[in-house]
Amino acid sequence: MAITLTEPAAERIKSFLENRGKGIGLRLGVKTMGCSGMGYVIEFVDEINADDEVFEDKDIKVIVDKKSLVYLDGTEVDFAREGLNEGFKFNNPKEKDSCGCGESFTV
Amino acid sequence: MALLQISEPGQTTAPHQHKLAVGIDLGTTNSLVASVRSGEAQTLADINGDHILPSVVRYAEQGIEVGQAAIEHAVIDPSNTIVSIKRLMGRAATDLKSLRQSSPYEFSISESVVPKIKTRAGDVSAVEVSSEILKSLKTRAIETLGDELVGAVITVPAYFDDAQRQATKDAARLAELNVLRLLNEPTAAAVAYGLDTGQEGVIAIYDLGGGTFDVSILRLKQGVFEVLATGGDSALGGDDFDHAIADWMLQQSGCKKIPTPSLVRLLMREARSAKEQLASVTEVNVKVELDDFAWQGELTRSQMQALIEPLIKKTIMACRRSLRDADVAVEDVLEVVMVGGSTRTLAVREMVGEFFRREPLVSIDPDKVVAIGAALQADVLAGNKPDDEMLLLDVIPLSLGIETMGGLAEKIIYRNTPIPVAKAQDFTTYKDGQTAMAVHVVQGERELVDDCRSLARFDLRGFPPHVAGAARIRVTYQVDADGLLTVSACEENSGVEASVDVKPSYGLTDSEIETMLRDSMDHAEDDMHSRMLREQQVEADRVVEALDAALQVDGDELLSEDEKANIAQARNQLIEAKAGDDSEIIKAAIKQVEDACADYVARRMNSNIRNAMQGHSVEEYAGNEQE
Repeated sequence: MAITLTEPAAERIKSFLENRGKGIGLRLGVKTMGCSGMGYVIEFVDEINADDEVFEDKDIKVIVDKKSLVYLDGTEVDFAREGLNEGFKFNNPKEKDSCGCGESFTV
Repeated sequence: MALLQISEPGQTTAPHQHKLAVGIDLGTTNSLVASVRSGEAQTLADINGDHILPSVVRYAEQGIEVGQAAIEHAVIDPSNTIVSIKRLMGRAATDLKSLRQSSPYEFSISESVVPKIKTRAGDVSAVEVSSEILKSLKTRAIETLGDELVGAVITVPAYFDDAQRQATKDAARLAELNVLRLLNEPTAAAVAYGLDTGQEGVIAIYDLGGGTFDVSILRLKQGVFEVLATGGDSALGGDDFDHAIADWMLQQSGCKKIPTPSLVRLLMREARSAKEQLASVTEVNVKVELDDFAWQGELTRSQMQALIEPLIKKTIMACRRSLRDADVAVEDVLEVVMVGGSTRTLAVREMVGEFFRREPLVSIDPDKVVAIGAALQADVLAGNKPDDEMLLLDVIPLSLGIETMGGLAEKIIYRNTPIPVAKAQDFTTYKDGQTAMAVHVVQGERELVDDCRSLARFDLRGFPPHVAGAARIRVTYQVDADGLLTVSACEENSGVEASVDVKPSYGLTDSEIETMLRDSMDHAEDDMHSRMLREQQVEADRVVEALDAALQVDGDELLSEDEKANIAQARNQLIEAKAGDDSEIIKAAIKQVEDACADYVARRMNSNIRNAMQGHSVEEYAGNEQE
């Protein structure tokens, strides 16, 4: 079981955390929402819950709740730029299909 | 796949439901847009990496250009290239005299309340020009953030009155931007520096932009910003430094001719560039050449300081006044925040530091600080924070009042009152049988209505007639968190209400916005005619009612049949005239009734006095007085 970060993603996360001034790490998860069934969650973490798994990659703590991990195992988080827009991207091997915009997905 | 941003804990939104909000600093010289992404407020750059969008709009042959592209054509196409449009926001055509001298473009000659600038794309108003700037920033934000915006916080100078704030909102509506809130620029700057989490105390914001100067005295108390006082000069800024330097260049060149608009532009550009260079070097070489004009010379930093010192002194005087308004001493000021590109000028920093006796805060780019603060506020208002971390209090920059008899402005809400606020005041009628009252809303500090800004007028009509002074009319002024005003009036005995959405006179109705303001002149005229007509109709009603009441009491007693017939004829003519729509005819008919009744009125007066004194001696009255 593992979640990994690319180098650019780790750098950005580190700088965002520093800028925010608090936070343990980054929470990744899934929520049942959106046009294709599920959507990704990406949030700052101030406290770790009992059912959370904590991974560490490139000095960043990645926190995932057990239920989400089933859908996210093996995912690599990347930071990408598309034109003027920039942001985080989930490279999830379990993702079978996503809606046109890619904001929600099915496994 | 879509690119995602990091949310605050528990604030993740459903796909396509991102609460994307931006802060916009709509400046006189430059505008910026900023947004909070992954917890960090940043200004957004365009495709060339430029964050600053010059507030310049050019109506070119092939379409509308905004920003740098427009600036590049300013010299060759000055009359279609509009700069510093913010100075005209919410201004009436009559306000323009002082501004016109320095404006290279032509104003359209019309009776419109909203001044229009002649361009090859037709006459355009300040609201339309500003909306082009907003549209450009909005497009940039959507491209950068990847989705539609839920809204924007737009900053305005603390000095903006209601008409100017409304004009800003109208411009946003034209650009199809949802305004979450209008925020005072100094308040945004304080938020950007995170002073909301710092030490409690007094903070001064010194904001010298391209075209406006604001000083605001804020107090941080229990995590809340209270604006103690605002002051400044809505027509003083770095542009004026450039003017002073450009004038000096012209003087040095010995040129006696009146400079052409193109030459004025070029001189201003050179002056500005010299000023910017003198922030890092102590002397610059300037060369200006255009057509038959040519000048070359040197400008040193101390020469420039001498040129602009009188202008900086004006800002210092405004700082002193605001401290006095806020009732705080210079020693009480904990921090001084520098905002606006013109605070890069070393002389400004020195003189401000000297006055406040402390080193001003300059660590955030003074051009970006307001947009960053606005973005932080927009993020809160869009609901991306777990709790409302910032509760900002603003104040009313100029007193709001009402016109009373004799054209006097009576203040209802005083300047520097924190908003939101509601205040009520009671008024009464001044004539017997009065059934309507005109409410005229004004803003300003002067005593005469003519010297204040007229914001709106409306009528409270149809309450039952009373003797003068018996009606109780409560007028309520309500200002919402954006600083926008609603006025309502209610006659308390009868419960008759006139609750009118007050739009400032220079603002626009929804339908006018849709038809792009072009017919606002016609509306303004119609409004004026109908107001005059209604005023005369009210007056006619009052005259007829008063006359009928009097005739019933003592008409037969005091008047001959001939006289009665005469008066009845004048009365009928007045009623006929009132049914028409010409205020002048009604006015004349009223005059006729008054003339016909002149003798009757005199006789009534005498008979009333006789009746009152009947059975009493003069001594009795004298005795009463002594008691």
